Amino acid sequence: MTAYLTSMWAIIWREGLRFVHQRERFVAALVRPMVWLLVFAAGFRAALGLSITPPYQTYITYETYIVPGLCGMIILFNGMQSSLSLVYDREMGSMRLLLTSPLPRWWLLFAKLLGSSMISLVQVYVFLLIAGLFGMVMPPMGYVTVFPALLLAGLMLGGLGLFLSSLIKQLESFAGVMNFVIFPMFFLSSALYPLWKMAESSQTLFLICTFNPFTHAVEMIRFALYAEFNASAFVWSVLATGVFVGLAIWGYDPARGTKRGLG
Amino acid sequence: MTSALSISGLSHNYGARAALDNVSFSVEKGVFCALLGPNGAGKSTLYSRLTRLITGAPAQISIAGVDLETAPRKALARMGIVFQQSTLDLDLTAHQNLTYFAALHGIGGREARVRIAAALERLDMAERAHEKVRALNGGHRRRTEIARALLHRPQVLLLDEATVGLDAAARNQITAHVHDLCADEGITVLWATHLTDEIEPDDQVVILHHGKVLADDRARVIAAQVSLKEAFLAMTGESAEAAS
Repeated sequence: MTAYLTSMWAIIWREGLRFVHQRERFVAALVRPMVWLLVFAAGFRAALGLSITPPYQTYITYETYIVPGLCGMIILFNGMQSSLSLVYDREMGSMRLLLTSPLPRWWLLFAKLLGSSMISLVQVYVFLLIAGLFGMVMPPMGYVTVFPALLLAGLMLGGLGLFLSSLIKQLESFAGVMNFVIFPMFFLSSALYPLWKMAESSQTLFLICTFNPFTHAVEMIRFALYAEFNASAFVWSVLATGVFVGLAIWGYDPARGTKRGLG
Repeated sequence: MTSALSISGLSHNYGARAALDNVSFSVEKGVFCALLGPNGAGKSTLYSRLTRLITGAPAQISIAGVDLETAPRKALARMGIVFQQSTLDLDLTAHQNLTYFAALHGIGGREARVRIAAALERLDMAERAHEKVRALNGGHRRRTEIARALLHRPQVLLLDEATVGLDAAARNQITAHVHDLCADEGITVLWATHLTDEIEPDDQVVILHHGKVLADDRARVIAAQVSLKEAFLAMTGESAEAAS
């Protein structure tokens, strides 16, 4: 067991060091949601009327509404970014170290996911702190209860990124992931607008949003930020995490023989 | 003597192309075995199969007495690997790279520190241990990788064209270091190369060409009449530059 924990700690430590070395990544990860919060939300505040829906007990500003969605956005981008670094690692060869370790591969990949989730958590808490300074303050308990929700969302979206990285052969293909995964996932969710608003415009889009795991991750975070538990969002998120992490482990199974034409 | 590394009936195809065709050979404990083959001979595919980066048609592969198919993790624990492409993290120091690797093998704390110090000392890298890998030259990076591959005290060390891109002096030093490891510590080495001057007369040589084993004997036997380079070129039909 000590060997397992030693390896997990080292993988998380390395993810952390890599993060510290890429300060611009940290800044970019914060600037993106801040632009949405302070610019986009200001513009849309007047256009979007929000009714009182749980977990909110009173009228809220649009800025307050999108805070959980932007937490999800940070985690989504970070999950994809760490999968991008995995494609890079594989091209550069350092992924081989992980894959030739005698410890079980599923464990090492899980540790990697946990490491990238921890990075997401740091980013989200810094974002929540800045959002608080601009007046978007959550109940004090919410900052504690959101922790497990953020962790689960981190594992879920990191798992998806890990799976995608196992499919992507080259770094160049990663732009496709941005267009076909990140943006649809983000816009077809409850991150920027409540789903009942979407239902008013299109039932089809509403249905897609309902099945989008990112919607459930955002709702889980939204309720947790108000120290409430949304059971259906939690169950959806757990299931999606199981599927994505399972696919990621399958994606890195050596029997899939992804390497072609070695010398 | 028992075989530390034994391969029997190993074939591997990429679609219709056979990269390895019924490869069989074995290496005794403490022997330096050069896997000699031109580019595209199948050396890297053989290494990928031995390290389980890829799997394929069943074959009998035994690493220090452990069957790779039935006990892959146990076999990997007995194997040290230096890949052709560097796998060091350039933004970490040599020491940090080794610490990370030790942890991936479940070695941490004081034990890791003692082993890292010894491995770096063995490869004359102790003084550079706390420099970032980015600041090290090619020869030092390779030595760091070899030191890293020895941390978990493997019985078999696999090196895939470990001297690629190095100048003559660094190449000689690394080749000498690895030969010493066999002689002093009884480590079995499989050294993939296309350069005959890295091989000593007593080394075992396996010549691989188009995925097939063309010869398997001591270098002095293969090169009984002519030089090893000439024998290699005659067997593989490669141009003289290929092995110089």
